[in-house]
Amino acid sequence: MTARFGGLAAVAWRESRTARRRLLLYMSSITLGVAALVAIDSFAQNVTRSVREQSRALLGGDLSLTSRAKFTPAVETLFDSLQTHGTPVARQTSFSSMALVLRTGLTRLSQVRAVTPGYPFYGRIETDPPAAWSGLANGRHVVVDASLLVALDAHVGDSLSLGTAKFEITGTLTSVPGELAVTAAIGPRVYIADRYLAETGLLVFGSRADYEALVKLPAGQTVEQFEGRTARVLSKNDVRVHTAAQSEQNLSNAIDQLRNFLSVVGLVALLLGGIGVASGVHAFVMRKIDTVAILRCLGATSAQVLVIYVLQAAAMGLVGAAAGALLGVGLQFAMPLAVKDFLPVDVSVRLAPAALLTGLGIGLWVALVFALRPLLALRGVSPLQALRRESDDTVMRQGRRDSATHVVSFAIVASVFAIALQRAERLRDGIGFSVAILLAVAVLWAVAALLTIAARRVVRPRWPFVLRHGIASLYRPGNQTRAVILSLGFGVFLVSTLYQAQKNLLGQLDLRLDQVRANVVFFDVQEDEAAGIDSIITAGRYELVQRLPIVPMRIASINGRTPDQIMAGLPAAGARSGEPAADRREVPSRGRGGAAPRRPSRWAVRREYRSTYRDTLDATEKLVAGRWFDAAKDTMSQVSLDAGLADELDVSVGDTITWDVQGVRVPTRVTSLREVSWARFQPNFFVVFQPKALAHAPKQFVFLAYGPTPRDVALMQRDVVLKFPNVSSLDLSLVQHTVADVLGRVTTAIRFMALVSLLLGVPVLFSAVAATRRERLREGVLFKTLGGTRRQIGRIMLAEYVLLGALGSLAGVVLSVGGAWALMRFVFNTPFTPAVLPALAVSAGMTLLAVAIGLLTSREVFASTPMAALRTEG
Amino acid sequence: MLEARQLTKEYRVGERPLRVLRDVSFSIPQGAFVAIVGPSGSGKTTLLGLLAGLDTPSSGTVRLDDADLAAMDEDQRARLRGAKVGFVFQSFQLIPTLTAIENVQVPLELRGDSHAADRARDLLKRVGLGDRLDHFPTELSGGEQQRVAIARAFSNEPRILFADEPTGNLDSETGQRIVDLLEQLNRESGATIVLVTHDAALAARAGRIIRLSDGAVVEDSATQGAAT
Repeated sequence: MTARFGGLAAVAWRESRTARRRLLLYMSSITLGVAALVAIDSFAQNVTRSVREQSRALLGGDLSLTSRAKFTPAVETLFDSLQTHGTPVARQTSFSSMALVLRTGLTRLSQVRAVTPGYPFYGRIETDPPAAWSGLANGRHVVVDASLLVALDAHVGDSLSLGTAKFEITGTLTSVPGELAVTAAIGPRVYIADRYLAETGLLVFGSRADYEALVKLPAGQTVEQFEGRTARVLSKNDVRVHTAAQSEQNLSNAIDQLRNFLSVVGLVALLLGGIGVASGVHAFVMRKIDTVAILRCLGATSAQVLVIYVLQAAAMGLVGAAAGALLGVGLQFAMPLAVKDFLPVDVSVRLAPAALLTGLGIGLWVALVFALRPLLALRGVSPLQALRRESDDTVMRQGRRDSATHVVSFAIVASVFAIALQRAERLRDGIGFSVAILLAVAVLWAVAALLTIAARRVVRPRWPFVLRHGIASLYRPGNQTRAVILSLGFGVFLVSTLYQAQKNLLGQLDLRLDQVRANVVFFDVQEDEAAGIDSIITAGRYELVQRLPIVPMRIASINGRTPDQIMAGLPAAGARSGEPAADRREVPSRGRGGAAPRRPSRWAVRREYRSTYRDTLDATEKLVAGRWFDAAKDTMSQVSLDAGLADELDVSVGDTITWDVQGVRVPTRVTSLREVSWARFQPNFFVVFQPKALAHAPKQFVFLAYGPTPRDVALMQRDVVLKFPNVSSLDLSLVQHTVADVLGRVTTAIRFMALVSLLLGVPVLFSAVAATRRERLREGVLFKTLGGTRRQIGRIMLAEYVLLGALGSLAGVVLSVGGAWALMRFVFNTPFTPAVLPALAVSAGMTLLAVAIGLLTSREVFASTPMAALRTEG
Repeated sequence: MLEARQLTKEYRVGERPLRVLRDVSFSIPQGAFVAIVGPSGSGKTTLLGLLAGLDTPSSGTVRLDDADLAAMDEDQRARLRGAKVGFVFQSFQLIPTLTAIENVQVPLELRGDSHAADRARDLLKRVGLGDRLDHFPTELSGGEQQRVAIARAFSNEPRILFADEPTGNLDSETGQRIVDLLEQLNRESGATIVLVTHDAALAARAGRIIRLSDGAVVEDSATQGAAT
């Protein structure tokens, strides 16, 4: 038995001699897919490992305690006692404020961070020069992001104003552990020493700031022990606790999601490769019919024949997959460079043998299972073929659709499901993905079938010769319609889906600034400063576009239930109650648009609301329930809620909400729900009050103004900051640039992937066209023998490939619109608008590609003389 | 050794059945050298295909070395070919990707013979190609290719050898030498040889001639011989 297998292997090896390169070309279809899988998996492993190794540095301490408000005296007492008992605590207070460089007169909204010595305990904040960080507390020093210096046209050594205090810029930040590099682009960071925070005078009424205390546990003390001792005090005082393990977990989850998304791309690449292998091997099989017939005459059983060619396919598949794995390892080293701005850790790249082997295994399996289908046809080759040659098509038709073919077809489908499930985090995603792919294949199959039928019906004898023959090529025996439509359509489907999804996702973030008349916004304006801002704007003859009052508040109760009762699932202490408490389960809700939560979400109940009051509905808002404020006599004031928020709070029109406005209870009734277009860049509000309800409440203002030139805007900002240092301002065109910049980086990443998918399509298309190359050659030669010119033959082929290319890519584009719609609808929960023109451009491009590849593969027809070609056929 | 009984083969061409062979019967003893002759289209090649088990008859039986081909499936017939049958074709049918010696080795390797290379070398020497072992078919002349094919046909020591117009693609001198070789191997190995040809001179070299016309046997020198 072994001797016999050895003999077969020897035959397989020798017989593959001239076909190796061709077979390898077909098998290379899977190379990129394997490369993608290996790269993605090892990269994810590397990142996860790096996160684990650096988890304490990511947080900066063993625990991080945070609060949205100043730590209460009780918490401060706790910190003091910790310090005195050998548990160091370091503090950071962060808030947004204007940074001004007097020398240049430029301002920029920055993230100011006041830190106490020792911050952070783990990991290092790196600066240039390196001593800048350790010298931060030695004086009124600031260390800032380099981007801030650029924005303010300043350099190290300049004086920087924050509020009423002046600081010297002593260095720039090069790395802050646990933070993304893009953070600097969104809001430049400014570090100062905590002891100078008070001098700035920036933290006043209504200022938003985040307070953090890092804790370094003494040796021998565990996080659990610490939490056990402090949990009661901390939770009672609204202090949130983050541990290094948690931050590691959160990051790992995020990385898993990224991996899943990328995996889909890799998987798609692999499947596309599988299709390429199948059509390539089909072409290979066609060439091998004669050899197989001889082998059969010489006594080879059909099983032996199959073994010989499966061995060849397996060997080449292994080479293709191995090349992919190597490429993947290479890509893995390049990947951190591409995404480093979006990663909070330094990724140390190491070989991930598990990922390598998995990729290799999956690649080999896909290559084999897809190759097996066409290879099975070799069993049907009759030895009689050696005596008398019949058309390839007749030969291949025998032995079609027997049980083995069904088994292999089933194995292909099962493999798609298995791999999709293995890659997808959730069962639902894996199944959904597989079904989508099968559906796409089924649709393309149907399109190809329809095309074949239509071509047969539509041809009219009076049509020009070349066109008739071009169309006839679509249905005559041995046509390539199915193979090309399937591979081309599938490729276009994937590329275009990616593109459509990208367009829609980014389109959502399009701020449409042009629609807003203002180009600068001032916020955190105190009540007594409003008149001063007014005069600065009008004195400069700038335009005051809008002045909005803002009242900070929290929810005191909803329908009589306090936030504590709501979150505990308890009924109101008084008479009214909702559902029985036992019915209420813990259902975490995620974002808007999900299913209505049975319990209001925590953030919605606990958060601080910054509401406004006005008489009219804004142009960007739409009433979706109830009626706008009217003069109806009610003991309570009327409020209008954002519809999404109402969903989160589980309230509807008619419910009552009592607000805590700086200690004053304001009872209100919800009389309407609004749909707010949050994507527009302008102040939007979750809660809008009737004016009379808040007329006397302490408030802040937001001013929207317009200055005709960038210089006007800069001057306006400078004048305001100089007079009112606590007032922050934003140059909206700057925001637009920043957003465009960040989106640009994301877009580049997505484009890159789309391009990769496009590249994947090329070998597949080659394989598909090669599948019927022999028929094409034979026919072309015959045409030539009968007196056809090369020009005529060229035109016939052109007609055929244009038809195939156009229909295949059009089918793919139509499918992709469906695919993208499904993605938007079910995965991203957002509305979908098809991008028609780009889709058509994609399909036109792919048609061109198909024609180019088709003509390129057929160049032998043009090059060879009929006699030479006929002789090789003999 | 080889016995055909009432062999009939029909093909369906469109709606009409086309009868290529009708009621062909004969038997060939071990060691005989038989020529099947007839004009083009008389059914010679079809008959050869049926005798060698490459195809199945519409009716009738073929017994090859006491085995009923009709009772065997494709793979059993393939194994029988591997063990007892050799082929020589008009167009040589060497595997283009294999060298001369590798082509000869194939039937041996299909059986798992571990001395395949040695045997193949011997055989090629016997057909006078000891110095061309590692040449590819395209590097050999027609006559050389056919000699490789004959070496291959004898590599598994067949009990019977089928030759389909073995000289059809060769000039007459080379053709004569190929038939000499076949004759010689027939004598040395005692293998039965069934030669299909339309070349009367070639057929005359055989010990017995079966003449086909329109799918039926019109002349069989053995039966005539028996009759006279």
